[in-house]
Amino acid sequence: MAVTDRVQSPLPDTKQRAFRDKSVKRLAFSQKVSKWDVKLSPYLYISPFFLLFAVTGLFPLLYTAWVSLHSWNLIGGQGEFTALENYEFVLAQPFFWNAVGNTFSIFLLSSIPQVVLAIAIAAVLDANLRARTFWRMGVLVPFVVAPVAVGLIFNNLFADQAGLFNELLTGLGLDPVRWHSDPLASHTAIATMVNFRWTGYNALIFLAAMQAVPRDVYEAATIDGAGRLRQFFSVTVPMLRPTIIFVVITATIGGLQIFDEARVFDQAGLGGADRQWQTLTMYIWELGWGQRNFGRASAVAWLLFLIIVIIALANFLITRRIATQGGRR
Amino acid sequence: MHSRARTTTLSAAAACLALALTACGSGGPENAGVDGETGTEDVTLSVGTFNEFGYEELFTEYEELNPNVTIEHKKAATSNEARDNLTTRLAAGSGLSDIEGIEMDWLPELLEYSDQFADLSDPAVEGRWLDWKTAAATTEDGQLIGYGTDAGPQAVCYRADLFEKAGLPSDRESVATMLDGSWQDYFEAGKEFVVASDGVAWFDSAGATYQGMINQVENAYEDSDGTVIATENADVKDIYEQVLQASVEDGLSAHLTQWEDDWVASFQSDAFATKLCPGWMLGVIEGNAEGVEGWDIADVFPGGGGNWGGSYLTIPTQGAHQAEAKKLAEWLTAPEQQIKAFESKGTFPSQVDALKSETLLGQSNAFFNDAPTGEILANRATAIDVRPFKGPKYFPINDAMQQALTRVDVDKTDDPASSWEKFVTAVGAL
Repeated sequence: MAVTDRVQSPLPDTKQRAFRDKSVKRLAFSQKVSKWDVKLSPYLYISPFFLLFAVTGLFPLLYTAWVSLHSWNLIGGQGEFTALENYEFVLAQPFFWNAVGNTFSIFLLSSIPQVVLAIAIAAVLDANLRARTFWRMGVLVPFVVAPVAVGLIFNNLFADQAGLFNELLTGLGLDPVRWHSDPLASHTAIATMVNFRWTGYNALIFLAAMQAVPRDVYEAATIDGAGRLRQFFSVTVPMLRPTIIFVVITATIGGLQIFDEARVFDQAGLGGADRQWQTLTMYIWELGWGQRNFGRASAVAWLLFLIIVIIALANFLITRRIATQGGRR
Repeated sequence: MHSRARTTTLSAAAACLALALTACGSGGPENAGVDGETGTEDVTLSVGTFNEFGYEELFTEYEELNPNVTIEHKKAATSNEARDNLTTRLAAGSGLSDIEGIEMDWLPELLEYSDQFADLSDPAVEGRWLDWKTAAATTEDGQLIGYGTDAGPQAVCYRADLFEKAGLPSDRESVATMLDGSWQDYFEAGKEFVVASDGVAWFDSAGATYQGMINQVENAYEDSDGTVIATENADVKDIYEQVLQASVEDGLSAHLTQWEDDWVASFQSDAFATKLCPGWMLGVIEGNAEGVEGWDIADVFPGGGGNWGGSYLTIPTQGAHQAEAKKLAEWLTAPEQQIKAFESKGTFPSQVDALKSETLLGQSNAFFNDAPTGEILANRATAIDVRPFKGPKYFPINDAMQQALTRVDVDKTDDPASSWEKFVTAVGAL
């Protein structure tokens, strides 16, 4: 409107031009503002998350990298710049590689049974049960218990001489399991604590996904003559694929950082006399707070970070393959 | 509208950043250190303790005596929690209490940072504590970083009923005579016991016994200048071999690790007959062995005296009221007050005069067959004559050693020679 008005303005030429320039400038500015608005606002709306992430996530991450390049004492603080010396030292330690092995062993022993069990429990909960909410909330109860409390209870069960499990075994005339000296036995015991806490939680996630599977698919399968078991393996599990991937990824990240259960498995908290169950995070703890060597602890923290990134990438590639396979069907 | 929203977001972000910067950059308040004036200004003193120092009633008493002082007690449940809190806040440079209680075991690492603590040496407190207690908290150039509170002089606790069954003398005087002497004498008595004991071991754990022995060596793991000598020191290797010979070859150990569930449960099942016990261990034994009769305590410790545990009060230099804090710490650790704490929570005093107190010497313990525990432990405290040097690497090395012993004694995954090799590797990695 304003523009057409101005064209017909009775003002003298020079004055008119000056007025027009000004007005165009003003217009251009307000246009610019609304352009910025469209372009910038979305970023500003999501910025609180990223600002928080920068402060609480990215900054510590980078600062840890900085610390790992120095000799650094917990109390004394920053020392000399040592470049990659901390990394070289840590990578040459048998304790480091032992911790890597333990971490993966406990991770596999906990994740695999956990996912399998969770799907099975979810399938049972998905059936027509009486007092459905009661059962569904029931599987979540272990999740509410603090990990350290779980540790205390299970330590009592897994004690080498006076523990319930070994009493049962010796009662049956079998040899007691050396929970605190045999590496695999200790990993199993710790994985049991992890599974106790997380299986129910994952089962509920699977249950939610199962309920989203269209019922007519099952009806079609029934008409085709598929039994319950066949339906479970040929309909339910394939339909759960994205959820399984989600659960596997979160279990990976959590599993590689396992600390609480392993630390409270004995009183010293160093992972056993022969480091039978010392995980990477416990090794970080030992270096940082036991030996007060923050430089080396940070180096291990970064190596753990790299391991998780590699595993996450592998997960991503597998996921993509599964996704395309799913699409081809 | 939009532009205003944007400004708000930006300025909020700027404010956050500014806040973060000031929080990081703020220095400690100005003050005159420990020599400033006291008794004039109204102050609130915070005191950080853990477990039971027995100070609750004393705080009230002090507030009545000094109307200008209000005491705020910050009590951590466990010493580990207190230690994490202390180191984190020392590193951060702020947030510590005006008085921080510390455990004797933390001294080696804290003495390295003695500039973070006020020098508490004062003619007024000279000779107040047993020599070894003060010496442990003094730096090489004479700075005293803490006032001693309690101590852990060790005696030998034993099961009189099991001794009797095995045909050994069982009253506490005869037991003290029998066990008096070197560690070899203690192990010899053990061999005699296990032959007749029908499966009962002589002591609970190789690690605990080793700890009693190594604490009688002046420079076990490090020279006084901090050089690590743990793996070459013949004394260490010798003690290591002696303990394992006694534990495994001679079968004197119950193959337990102290504080583990199995160890706690073993008190109910007659697993062993003797145990090295500092004063505070009496309560632990009584709790674990509830309902078991026959425990007694003998006024003896093989190889001389030995101390395990005990605490100090320190004053971090980051505090704002160091002079008032020092006055309070001095009052709390005076013999009269420490006796009251002993009456309240059983913390055994480390002050010379407190060890002569009637209250202390008259104390007996019903669970330990009415033994005069006050008198016995006072004797044990004065018998301590070695001050073991504990440098900055003492703890990691001692942890590695305890693991080496556990591998052979409890886990049985190694023999003494291969476990020693692993110990050498672990020490090399520090």
